[in-house]
Amino acid sequence: MSEAQVYCGHCGEALDASGHDACRERLRMEPPRFCVHCRRRMQVQVTPTSWTARCVEHGELSSP
Amino acid sequence: MSATAEEQHGTTPPASDILAIAREQVLERGVPLDEAQILQVLRTGDDLLPELLELAHEVRMKWCGPEVEVEGIVSIKTGGCPEDCHFCSQSGQFTSPVRSVWLNIPELVKAAEQTAATGATEFCIVAAVRGPDERLMSQMRDGVRAIKESVPGIEVAASIGMLTQEQVDDLVDMGIHRYNHNLEAARSYFPQVVSTHSWEERWDTCLMVRESGMELCCGCLVGMGETVEQRAELAAQLGELQPDEVPLNFLNPRPGTPFGDLPLMESSEALRTIAAFRLALPRTILRYAGGRELTLGDLGTREGLLGGINAVIVGNYLTTLGRDPQEDLDLLADLKMPIKALSSSL
Repeated sequence: MSEAQVYCGHCGEALDASGHDACRERLRMEPPRFCVHCRRRMQVQVTPTSWTARCVEHGELSSP
Repeated sequence: MSATAEEQHGTTPPASDILAIAREQVLERGVPLDEAQILQVLRTGDDLLPELLELAHEVRMKWCGPEVEVEGIVSIKTGGCPEDCHFCSQSGQFTSPVRSVWLNIPELVKAAEQTAATGATEFCIVAAVRGPDERLMSQMRDGVRAIKESVPGIEVAASIGMLTQEQVDDLVDMGIHRYNHNLEAARSYFPQVVSTHSWEERWDTCLMVRESGMELCCGCLVGMGETVEQRAELAAQLGELQPDEVPLNFLNPRPGTPFGDLPLMESSEALRTIAAFRLALPRTILRYAGGRELTLGDLGTREGLLGGINAVIVGNYLTTLGRDPQEDLDLLADLKMPIKALSSSL
């Protein structure tokens, strides 16, 4: 079972707080920088047509 | 120090006059506008913007032709930069969320393949550094060799900071086609943007590159709080340097940086800047670079391509995402602007 998303991938603040509309908009044009499970900053590599973001605890995400 | 428009010309002529002057001087004779004239263009109102863009497009078509050069870029070393460029999320001096990461050679080759698949003829390898150390130069040597072996039909460019003459020579030996090193800002505004190195250090690297046989790519970032006078100064300084290519970035305010709270540039202001730079650099490749998606949107992107731009970065940028490359390729097809072929860029 996957862990719940607790933090915003853009700003790293708790998702239960309000005000993440702008973050969601931003995430259309940039990869997530924070792990949504633990808030760690991720190692992000952007390439011309894709991206990957790696959390040391929760593994790797990649562009759809 | 450059003179202001008023100092050079005494009085400011009516706004429409500068377009008539530019038509005769730049379009007919191919003589770039000088700093005072560029400033007059930047001071024209929105009522003259359609006419200005049309003129800039005519200049581009006459002196550069209809082709558009397409490029992809990738960061080989992201974040952790010791410099403090106030616009940059990769500086290690700010509380930016960008973490340091290196790209390995197989992934670099894959990025070059992704770029070539879009039809691009130029692939630029970028590193967030003050200048390259031996580790980075070694990575570049291996990476460029691997790309040249595996990805036919693409030129390799580099952007890895300030260089020594020995490093310039090494990059030439590797077969680097073009080297990017931006002035970023006008000389008079640069101290407000960067404190860890000088505008003159950037200028010196550009001069070494220009003399090396590599093509020089030297651009800037507008919308950082500079005045229009400083924007005109910057265009004139780029004109003096005579780069083969000028990438034009629009500030995308990054969280955690000193410029993180600045507003986006108005799209009309951005389009006027594009046109003014074309009139200052009639024969230069003028490339859309970072920030265009936010500043101009889809409609503005099209207007810029009909207002002086003749090159694009397709796909993603170094730390942020761009449009789907196919959207740009479809737009170029719709505008009947052919993608520049490799043979004609050699």
